[in-house]
Amino acid sequence: MSANRSWALILLASVSLSLTACSSSAALQKSSAEKSADKKDAMTESVAGVSTSTPYPSTYRPAPSVPTLIRGATLLIGNGERLEDADVLLQDGKIAAVGKGLSAPAGARTIEARGKWVTPGLIDVHSHLGVYPSPSVEAHSDGNEATAPSTAQVWAEHSIWPQDPGFEAALEGGITTLQVLPGSANLFGGRSVTVKNVHAVTYQSMKFPDAPQGLKMACGENPKRVYGNRRQLPSTRMGNVAGWRAQWIEAQEYMRDWRQYEKRAAAGAKDLRPPKRDLRLETLAGVLRGEILIQHHCYRADEMAIVVDMAREFGYRVSAFHHATEAYKISNLLAENGVCAAVWADWWGFKMESYDAIPENMILVDAAPKGCTVVHSDSAEGIQRLNQEAAKGMAFGRRMGVEISPEHAIRWLTQNAAKAIGLEQKIGTLEAGKGADVVIWNGNPFSVYALTERIFIDGAVRFERESPRRESESDFLLGQPAAMGVIR
Amino acid sequence: MSLIKDFSQRIALASFAACVILQASPTLADDAAAVAGGSSLLLRNATVYTMARGATEPLKGTDVLIENGRISAVGAGLAVPAGVRVVDAAGRAVTPGIFGGLGHVGLEEIGLEQTTGDYAQRLGQMRPEFDVTLAFNPESMSLGVHRTNGVTFSVLAPASASGGSLVAGLGAPVGLDGSAPLPSRAMFVDLGGDANDLSGGSRAAQFMLLRQALVEARAPNLVMVHDERLLSPSGRQVLLEFLKSNGLFVFDVDRAADIRNTLAFAREEKLNTVIRGGVEAWRVADELAAAGVPVILDPLDNLPDSFDKVGATLQNAAKLRAAGVTVLISLNDTDVDDAGKTRQAAGNAVAHGMPWMDALAAITRVPAEVFGAADRFGSIERGRPADLVLWTGDPLDVSSLPELVVAGGREQKLESRHTALRDRHYERVKAGAAR
Repeated sequence: MSANRSWALILLASVSLSLTACSSSAALQKSSAEKSADKKDAMTESVAGVSTSTPYPSTYRPAPSVPTLIRGATLLIGNGERLEDADVLLQDGKIAAVGKGLSAPAGARTIEARGKWVTPGLIDVHSHLGVYPSPSVEAHSDGNEATAPSTAQVWAEHSIWPQDPGFEAALEGGITTLQVLPGSANLFGGRSVTVKNVHAVTYQSMKFPDAPQGLKMACGENPKRVYGNRRQLPSTRMGNVAGWRAQWIEAQEYMRDWRQYEKRAAAGAKDLRPPKRDLRLETLAGVLRGEILIQHHCYRADEMAIVVDMAREFGYRVSAFHHATEAYKISNLLAENGVCAAVWADWWGFKMESYDAIPENMILVDAAPKGCTVVHSDSAEGIQRLNQEAAKGMAFGRRMGVEISPEHAIRWLTQNAAKAIGLEQKIGTLEAGKGADVVIWNGNPFSVYALTERIFIDGAVRFERESPRRESESDFLLGQPAAMGVIR
Repeated sequence: MSLIKDFSQRIALASFAACVILQASPTLADDAAAVAGGSSLLLRNATVYTMARGATEPLKGTDVLIENGRISAVGAGLAVPAGVRVVDAAGRAVTPGIFGGLGHVGLEEIGLEQTTGDYAQRLGQMRPEFDVTLAFNPESMSLGVHRTNGVTFSVLAPASASGGSLVAGLGAPVGLDGSAPLPSRAMFVDLGGDANDLSGGSRAAQFMLLRQALVEARAPNLVMVHDERLLSPSGRQVLLEFLKSNGLFVFDVDRAADIRNTLAFAREEKLNTVIRGGVEAWRVADELAAAGVPVILDPLDNLPDSFDKVGATLQNAAKLRAAGVTVLISLNDTDVDDAGKTRQAAGNAVAHGMPWMDALAAITRVPAEVFGAADRFGSIERGRPADLVLWTGDPLDVSSLPELVVAGGREQKLESRHTALRDRHYERVKAGAAR
C-alpha cells in the first residue's frame, strides 16, 4: 500500500517536472523558428523529445459552485472506510471536510442526505466513449489505427468526439472521470487520455489537468489476428512479444541518441544536428522514463506473466492489465508487482482468451495481499452501471464465503481506479484536499435499484435527478424528432 | 403486378382460414407422469412468486412440494411425504426459473471461433427452413453457467449474418437442463438499417422480399423460373406449414417508422407477430397495444447507437407497459455471456419505472407464453414440471443469487466450469501461490 503510494508520488512528480520543462520549450520554440540553429535552439529541440501532453493543453475549468454541505449520509470514503450519519463539505472545488456534525459556512447550500449514500465520483479506467461514439456509424470508427502493429504515435484524444451522447449517460451512472483509450488491434495502440465527464465542445475542455497519459498495449488474439490476416508480424503470440521487444529496443536507442546529443550540446559542440523527432518513439520513451503509464489489454494469465517479465527487461512498469479475465490465476504475482487488474464481472466466452473468465475474478484478485482490483467497463452500456458490475462480483464472493463490504468494494471503482491512472493524489476518495467529485445515491449503490441523485464534479453540480434535462447536452440529439420527450 | 397481389391475397385468406394452432403441450396424462430422474423436495416457508396468470401478489409463508419432478402442491403448512427432503426457505423468494433471452446458448461456445458458432447461415440465400435447433449442444459448458445464475430456459435464436438472409430461420425455446429443444418454432426476421446489406441496400426492399417469400410459399404450384425464385422447394414447404400453424414471426426492428410498417405488413399478411429490439417502440406504444403485438426489448439499450435508435431511452419498458403492451426482456447482444444478464436488465427496468411484477413476468411467464413453452417454464403451478429458483434476496437485484435451482424437474448442482476454475485457483491464491 505505502509502496504503491510512493510510486504514485514519484510518478506525479516526474510528470509535473516534464510539464514545466515543456512549457518553457514552447516559449522558446517561437524564437527558434526565426533563428538558425544555435545552442538555445538545440535545447528546445532536445526538450521536444520529451513526451508530454502540453502541445494540446487542458482548457478545463471547474464550473462555478457554491460551498455545499451534504449532511447525515452514509459515506463510503473510497479508501475502505465508512462513516454513518456523516457530512461532507465541498468548497472551492475541493473536499474541505468530512466528519460528523460539520457546520456550513456562510452562504453554503445544505443538502439533507439522511438515508442517502455518498461516494466519490466513479472512475472508469477503460472507455472508448468519444472514439467509438454513438451513433456507431462507419464515419465514427476512430478508435483503432489498425494500419501498423505499433502506432504509439497516435493519441486517443485526437479522435474524441465530445458530442457522444454516451458521456452524459455515463454521468448519470455516477462516472465523473474516465480514461479513453485507443482500441486493441495493435501491439501499441497509442496514447490514452483521462477526461472529466463534463460536456464540452472541445475535448481540451474535458481533459483532466495534469493527468498522466497512458499507453495502450494489447496482448493475445487481437493483434495477431489483425496482422496475421495480412500475412505480417505478428501472427502468433511469440510474434507479439518479438514485436513489443523490438519497439522497446528502438525506444532505448532513440533515448540514447537524444542523450548523446544533449550531452554534446551542453558541452558546447558546434554544428550539431538534433536527432529527428519521432512521435512513436517519443511515446515509448515517455514510458521508459516513467511519465506515461502502461495500460495493457491482456486476458490470459500466462501472457500477463510474460509482460511482467518484459517490463522488467526494459525497466518500466505496468500500471494495469485491462480485461485481465485470468488475473485470478496470478493474483499474487500481480499484487507483488504492484499491477492492478481492471476486470468485468461476467463477460466471458466471447473469444478463446476469455473462455476461463469467472465472475469471482475481482474477488480473487482482491484476496491476494496488496491485490488491486479495478472494475472497468470497455462498454457504453457498462460504464453506466459500474456499481452493478461490482455488485455482481460481490454476490459471487458471498456465494463462495467471501463477504465484501460496500466500503471495501467502492475502492474498485474509485481509489484503485485512480491509482491505475496515476490520479490517486487528486481524486478517488472523500478526503479533505481531494477534488470534490462526489455522488449522492438514493441508497446502497451496490443494488440494481440504486440511482444517482446528485453528482458534483470539482464541487459543481453536474447532474440532478429531480430536475432532469429536457434536452440532451449532446448536439447530436438536439432537434431530433425521434428523441423528443426522451428522458434518458 | 396487381394479379400477383390479388393472388397472394387470396392465398393469404385461404391459408388464414385453414390456419390451426399447433400446440406442443403435453396431454393431461403426461402431466401426471413423473419426470425421469425428477427430484422430490419440499420448500418450506417461502415467498412464492407463482407468476401464474392473474397472480398479482406473492404468496407469503407458503410451501412448494415437488414430487418426482412435478409440483404437486403449493400452499401453507403442507405435510411432508415420507422420504422428501425439506428445505427451509426462511421467507426468501421463490420464482420460476429465469428466461435467458433470445440468444446462442448451446449454439456457440466461443464468440469469435467460427467452428464453434452455429447460429447463422451464410449461404447467400433466403432459407426459412434453416432450423437452428439442429445445432444445439446440450453439453455446452454455458448451460451450467446459466443454471448457476438461475437461468433455466432460453430461446435458440438464429441470427441474420452478412452473407445470409434477412430471414434468419427457425428457432425454438429450450430448457437449459440439457434436454432437447421444444417443438414449438418461431421464425426470426431482421429488419431495418442493420439488415440493409441483406436487402440490396434499402429497408424498403425488406418488405418486398418478405412479400415475395410469402407469395411463393402460399402458391406451391406457382411456376417461376429458377432465377426469379427466393425460396427452395423445401423452404416453400416449411414456410407454408409455418404460416398454416400460425407460427410466430419475430421481427427484429427498432425505428418507430419501421415498427409501424411491420405492424401494417403483419396485419395485411395475417402474421402472428412479436417485435424484437423495439428501441423506439415506446413511440408507437398505442399502436402496438391496439395490435396486441408484444415487444421483446433490452432495457439497457438507451443510446442512439444507430440512426434506427435515435429515440432510445431507459424508460422504454415502463412506457410500453403503461400503454398496455406485453413486454418481454432479452438483451440485444446475444453472445453466450449475455444470457445471464436478463435479470439485471429487468432490475434496471424497475429502477426506471417498470412495475416490479411486470419485470419479473417479462423474464418468466411472458416469454414462456409467447414462445409456446408455458407448460414447461415461467410459472409455478400444480401439475407442472418443477422449474424454479430459491433466491438469497430480491430476485431482480444483482446482489442476489440462487440458493437452489430446480430445472426440468431436477434439482441442479450450483456447479459449472466456472465454479471448478474458481475453486482450483482460490486454493492457489490462499496459499500465496497464484503466480
